[in-house]
Amino acid sequence: MADQRIEPILAERASPGASVLPAPVVVAMPEARRPTRLGQLLEREHILAGALLAPTLIILALFIAYPFLLGIWLALSDKVVGRPGSFVGLENFRVNLNDSIFLRAFQNTFIYTFIATILKLILGMLAALLLNNHFRFKRIVRASMLLPWIVPTVLSTLAWQWMFDATFSVFNWSLMNVGLISKRILWLGDGVLAMGCLIAVNVWRGMPFFAITLLAGLQTVNPDLHEAAEIDGANAWQRFWRVTLPLIKPIMLVVVLFSMIATFADFQLIYVLTRGGPYSSTHVFGTYAYEIAMRAAKLGQGASISLFLFPFLLTVIVFQLWYIRRND
Amino acid sequence: MATRESSASLNRRAFLGVAGAATGVAVAGGIPAMVAAQKAPTFPKGTKLGILEWVSFVPASDVEFKRLAAEFGKLAGVDVTVDLINMNDLNPRIASAIETKAGPDIIMMISNWPHLYADGLADVDDVAEEIASRDGAYYEHNKKVSVVGNRWKAVPLCSVPSTWAYREDWFKEAGAGKFPETWDEWRKVGVALKKKNQPMGQAFGHSLGDPNNWAYSVTWGFGGSEIDQSGKVAINSKETLEAVKFTVAVWKDCLDEGGLAWDDSSNNRAYLAGTISATINGASIYFVAKRQFPDIAKVTGHAQMPKGPGGRFYNIGGQGRAIMKSSKNQQVAKEFLRWFMDRPQYEKWMAANDGYTVGPTPYWEKHPLWERDPKLIPFREASKFGRWPGYPGPPSRKASEALVKYILVDMYAQAIKGMKPEDAVKWAEVELKKAYTA
Repeated sequence: MADQRIEPILAERASPGASVLPAPVVVAMPEARRPTRLGQLLEREHILAGALLAPTLIILALFIAYPFLLGIWLALSDKVVGRPGSFVGLENFRVNLNDSIFLRAFQNTFIYTFIATILKLILGMLAALLLNNHFRFKRIVRASMLLPWIVPTVLSTLAWQWMFDATFSVFNWSLMNVGLISKRILWLGDGVLAMGCLIAVNVWRGMPFFAITLLAGLQTVNPDLHEAAEIDGANAWQRFWRVTLPLIKPIMLVVVLFSMIATFADFQLIYVLTRGGPYSSTHVFGTYAYEIAMRAAKLGQGASISLFLFPFLLTVIVFQLWYIRRND
Repeated sequence: MATRESSASLNRRAFLGVAGAATGVAVAGGIPAMVAAQKAPTFPKGTKLGILEWVSFVPASDVEFKRLAAEFGKLAGVDVTVDLINMNDLNPRIASAIETKAGPDIIMMISNWPHLYADGLADVDDVAEEIASRDGAYYEHNKKVSVVGNRWKAVPLCSVPSTWAYREDWFKEAGAGKFPETWDEWRKVGVALKKKNQPMGQAFGHSLGDPNNWAYSVTWGFGGSEIDQSGKVAINSKETLEAVKFTVAVWKDCLDEGGLAWDDSSNNRAYLAGTISATINGASIYFVAKRQFPDIAKVTGHAQMPKGPGGRFYNIGGQGRAIMKSSKNQQVAKEFLRWFMDRPQYEKWMAANDGYTVGPTPYWEKHPLWERDPKLIPFREASKFGRWPGYPGPPSRKASEALVKYILVDMYAQAIKGMKPEDAVKWAEVELKKAYTA
């Protein structure tokens, strides 16, 4: 397959000092349309690859890399709306670490993310196991499971706000009518309880994603394996723990990691329900960064609050990629 | 009904007659002059004007604003666009307009926003001062929030004052023929009302309007303040401590304990549902009651904030309209504001608001709309007691930071939840010092 056209070049490379060049070899080529200059360029593999990748790279650079780098610059500057910022190093981060509301938001972000993710996993798994069985109206039930996840968050959260309302809560009304409580519960009026409500709504919204994805995983498990385990005397729990779980572990891990990233960065749900109140007890990074950057117009400080998420999200993503590669 | 309307319109005509005579001198330039002189518009064909407004809590206000903007467009030969967005979305839109140097030419400003966005706003000294020379000096809070340094960064447009909306019938039954004048009297009535399961209502959650209304107004009323006149943090005073102790006490004795979970709309709903007997609010409760709950409207009265040892105050920043520094249509924008604030136009807009807004100068206290419904008169008076966040210090970006961090609101809320009042005040002092030195 060696191309005779390159022989002269190879010959020259072999004897760079030679003063006399070997006579060029003329090869009769079949008559063909001469490729254009562009065509010639695209024949080179690295140029073609670059050209094909360029649109994606440009989009990534414009919409991912640039905002990200701008975010880093803002976090290191004293930028406020309308004024050019100047570099202040890590000053914004120092201010954050000295801010009791920020520290509360920091703590809340982790509590919110971890508790909500664990609950979504457990409930999602239970729902997936139930949905994996045959029953009447299976398709309708499966489709309706996804509703909380499909409905726009702001819309569904407004409904929850009404259900948690201090005066008109349907929960309080029901509990009072069945005689379980005599005094209304102020769902969003207490820091701990309000955080519990936020987690509950997040679980309600995110659980269907877990359920449907895990259900897809469950359906790939070969029933013969269960049958074999049953013959060997394994009970239902052992079959789940020793057969099902190891087989769907990869998909489970991916779902958990995706969910963690989304929950870490949650904003809408908390902003609609409590805006970080009462007494700043339910702020998370997203809501506090918004207040500082948008309402106090301190873009630099706000960016530094958001950027606190980055190391944690990066760790999660690196772990995720490592795990997926290992399984490949 | 017809008689009332015709009498109101006669009054309005009479008022406009006087207003027109008074305006005669002021109509020296801009669109009013064009109209008076039947001149053709002076702006080049294709000139555009973009205006960004909130979605008002009074729908008729938006309708009238749009109608007036369209009228200006016809007179001036300008293509006017009015965008209405929710109040909560205004901050991000303003930030993006200033940073990208694109977007609307005129943007609504609430409270001390002109200080927050001063670097992106054009000077409007000529328009603002012209209005003041015609209608008289602006209310202090309207002026303070609009002037940054010594330049006008917004043209004061109005205030949206709050008063106490209260159930006159329940107050009478509790022994109060009229709304209490002082906080001590207020507490006595409040105790009696709560015993009858008719508590008053006040929000202490995170919501920019109502919770801050209490936090700032009551602190000032007891003689406290977050900073002094020089801008030094002064929250840790015996006056503030008294205000916090009072709030903790009345939380148990007088107020609906749902308030910690309330936002700006919760008290409206609770009042209209008959679960609270009084609350601080704009006129929106009364307007909705008139439309949907006439029985409640009949027994609803409005009254001023009780007086404390420090006086009577409201946290009213007022509203203005600012022109973007990056706008290429600054001249048209100024002409619009000049024309809109001119009496014949402003009068119509104010009438559409039906008492929800108060003009930026005492001149508008004479407007006949205040005679239409005596129940609304306290709103007209409330503007006189209006102060800005950071009072008695100057309005500033830092005062905004303290506001958005809900430092004063949280000081009260934490004390209500059991923190010692002394500790709550100290906590606020630490946080305010950070906000004011950052």
